[in-house]
Amino acid sequence: MVASHLPDAVQGPGPVDVVLNVNGATHVVRIEPRVSLLDCLRDHMNLTGAKKGCNQGACGACTVWVDKRRVVACLTLAIACEGREITTIEGLAENGILHPMQKAFLSEDAFQCGYCTPGQIMSAVALLAEGHAGSDAEIAEWMSGNICRCAAYPNIRTAIRDVRDGVGGVGSAAR
Amino acid sequence: MSTAIGRPVDRVDGLAKITGAGRYSAEIALPGLVHAVLVTSRIPSGRIGHLDTYDAERAEGVLAVLHHLNLPKGGSVPALLPSLFGAAASGQTFFPMQDEVIHYAGQPLAVVVADTLDRAEHAARLVHITYEHTPAITTIEQGRDRAYEAEKIFAGFIPGRITRGDAAAGLAEAAETVDLSYHLAANHHNPIECSATTAVWEGDRLTLYDSTQGPNATLHTVAELLNIMPSHIRVVTGYVGGSFGCKAMIWAHPALSALAARAVHRPVRLALSREQMFSGCGHREEQEMRIVLGADRDGRLTAIRHHKLSPTSHFDDWAEPSLSVASSMYACDNYEGVYRLIKANTMTPTFTRCPGEAAGMFVMETALDELAERLDLDPLEIRLRNYAETEPGTGNPWSSKGLRECYQRGAELARWSERDPRPGRERDGNWLLGWGMASSAYPVTPPGGPQRARARIFADGSAVVQSSFADFGTGSATVMTQVAADGLGLPLERVRVQYGDTDLPNTAAAVGSAGAGMVSAAVHVATTALRDQLIAQAVADERSPLHGADPGQITVTEGRMHLRERPDTGESYAELLQRANMTDAEALGTWNPPSMMGTGYGTMTFGAQFAQVAVDPELGLCRVRRLIGVFDPGRVLNRKTAHSQLMGGMLWGMSQALLEGTVMDPAGRWSNASLGEYLVPVNADAPDVLIETVETTDTVVNPLGVKGIGEVSMVGTAAAIANAIWHATGRRHHRLPITIESVL
Repeated sequence: MVASHLPDAVQGPGPVDVVLNVNGATHVVRIEPRVSLLDCLRDHMNLTGAKKGCNQGACGACTVWVDKRRVVACLTLAIACEGREITTIEGLAENGILHPMQKAFLSEDAFQCGYCTPGQIMSAVALLAEGHAGSDAEIAEWMSGNICRCAAYPNIRTAIRDVRDGVGGVGSAAR
Repeated sequence: MSTAIGRPVDRVDGLAKITGAGRYSAEIALPGLVHAVLVTSRIPSGRIGHLDTYDAERAEGVLAVLHHLNLPKGGSVPALLPSLFGAAASGQTFFPMQDEVIHYAGQPLAVVVADTLDRAEHAARLVHITYEHTPAITTIEQGRDRAYEAEKIFAGFIPGRITRGDAAAGLAEAAETVDLSYHLAANHHNPIECSATTAVWEGDRLTLYDSTQGPNATLHTVAELLNIMPSHIRVVTGYVGGSFGCKAMIWAHPALSALAARAVHRPVRLALSREQMFSGCGHREEQEMRIVLGADRDGRLTAIRHHKLSPTSHFDDWAEPSLSVASSMYACDNYEGVYRLIKANTMTPTFTRCPGEAAGMFVMETALDELAERLDLDPLEIRLRNYAETEPGTGNPWSSKGLRECYQRGAELARWSERDPRPGRERDGNWLLGWGMASSAYPVTPPGGPQRARARIFADGSAVVQSSFADFGTGSATVMTQVAADGLGLPLERVRVQYGDTDLPNTAAAVGSAGAGMVSAAVHVATTALRDQLIAQAVADERSPLHGADPGQITVTEGRMHLRERPDTGESYAELLQRANMTDAEALGTWNPPSMMGTGYGTMTFGAQFAQVAVDPELGLCRVRRLIGVFDPGRVLNRKTAHSQLMGGMLWGMSQALLEGTVMDPAGRWSNASLGEYLVPVNADAPDVLIETVETTDTVVNPLGVKGIGEVSMVGTAAAIANAIWHATGRRHHRLPITIESVL
């Protein structure tokens, strides 16, 4: 017998069971193969932290991590994420303790409407891990996949610097 | 003796936003929820020839396909009335899917409802529509010969022609004039959250989760459109992912979501796609302006002639009031402003952050710079020479005006006096550097009716304050918590503000930078009323240490009422309530605003902006290196959120100058209707921004003297940048956005 979560030769176009590891927990969702990771998270798993801003990979509001790398969930098929480790904003805090980047976004007022914020934070944490926070110019360049229409950009850079430098009581980058 | 107001406290809704827990209107999880998708017109003018729903209706999961032949007819389309009035506020006087006529590309022609979003989107592509085309006009260029002078614009509130004195005579006596023509591209708001409504019927009662600046505007508009009683509708607006004006008026989608939900007997979510955001909730119209300024040898303005030409829809004479603020910025006795319109195959344009002020002041402030150059005057000096000590036109005193201080402080921060006035003198490698400046101003407008809030205190001394307003990123929930804490004399952490729900006391839509002023007034009135009520109860209570005291001598600190002069004499709210066996006490506060027709004062927020740019003349690149803004917003309720909003406005102004423009294709459709092609600033575009405020006391506008900050900071930024580009390169720009092609 083949384990049921292993892909069949042909899947779809009707709904199929997809096994996803999201924020450390295993979920089985029954979705059509065309469903994006973003719609899967939001509409099928009730995880609405990743936002839909354009559904075209242009705004970055849907940024999540797949195997710790930042991706735009709107251009990622959910079914292609089987066997991978998916992390969303809901999985960033550990045991109810906010990630330093979350604290820094709050204390530096690095958002207004908050809609791009989960994507910004997921990008910002990954950016530090990538080693792309050496200077303000580097931060700005490597955060430019995440649009903030409220234009909180200078405060976003400050929040990232705070975490990088461990200032303002937000601690150093943990991950 | 305020303790909370003004403090830079963190946003009260911040935790929900940084954890992803906050639910926006398209994220409400409801049992049985299904999805609606709009099918929109691909042509700008004509009729539906045939609308074939056969394939769509048979597609997997489809529950209904609604269109003009089967959509239930309801009530009537409300008048176009700005949502600041607090009544129904239809964004245009046209409601789609009533007949086969097509007025603009992107007009909704059908709504497909299916059990999943993917199935609804797929089925929407299976609605086959044939079109009968008729000729379309969608740009100024196409309709120039059909332009007419508007009788009234802006929902009938602004005359199409405004004059004072004699502009022709003023120009005839001028020693120097400039006569300049401008073109400004259309703009789209593009908040990152697309507009969305989730509709649920329970019997004949409707609940709408709507992404809006005005939950009550949604309620009244949908009530009229569907001909149902307002009392049967509840609008809930939890979190809103930005608006910038596109959620200030009420468009078709909330009512369509309700009709769809009624048709399928299920809760329905209708979210616009990003592309639909370009034709579903208005835009800032393309506009041409011509300005003629005359001045005497000392640079004092003798006349202003300022004309605007713009396309509007076939249904409404709408133009953003581009001439208004520019007409009352400077002392000048002779003025002529004219709005000309072209009926075009677009939807009705609408409020877009700084609706009119940003455009008109770009023209005024760059033209004034050219005039200063011709007169060999410093740009700051010509503004000071024309400083309006009273409101031009009326002669009314200003309710408050700190502009002189703004100029002075901004000039210090920018080291303006050290600037070499000659253009093209400063270099940094390949970059030419330049500094420019401009004035900012934005009107303070009262809402159209009473604003209310309710304050309730519990016997443990904690309080909840309720009001229906929405917080769409402005920080209103946070600042209202601060206002409530001070009104009641409670520490911040003992106060919770509940908002975003039409079941709570009434407020108008938070538009026109009026939200903080009007809602803080209601919250202040409600919380001080409750405080006074409890003080009166203590004074009347024989068992209270304050029995018989003069209420005027009693104040409240940290929830404890006490004599001002003898702080040890007093008791807490909690002690008073518990002794009286009261679990709580409450008060409703109503603020009646001054008349919209005028207070006898000129009421404006002012500011001064300075920009440094770097231009690479060989590559055509223009980078903004520094932005400095100093504003006089009256009382600042929270320094942190206020500075963020002011900063955002200035970066919007930068974007207006260098990036934003929606372009019509030859077929009459917006050609760049995506966030990939409609350019907005990304992080790498945004320089650090230095903001300061000059606090002025204003006793006219509202009880706390709050003039509003949402928009004023965008006014003038684009002009300061364009003036800086001239200073860097010696070239003037009269088209927005200023692109690489135009710099080369």
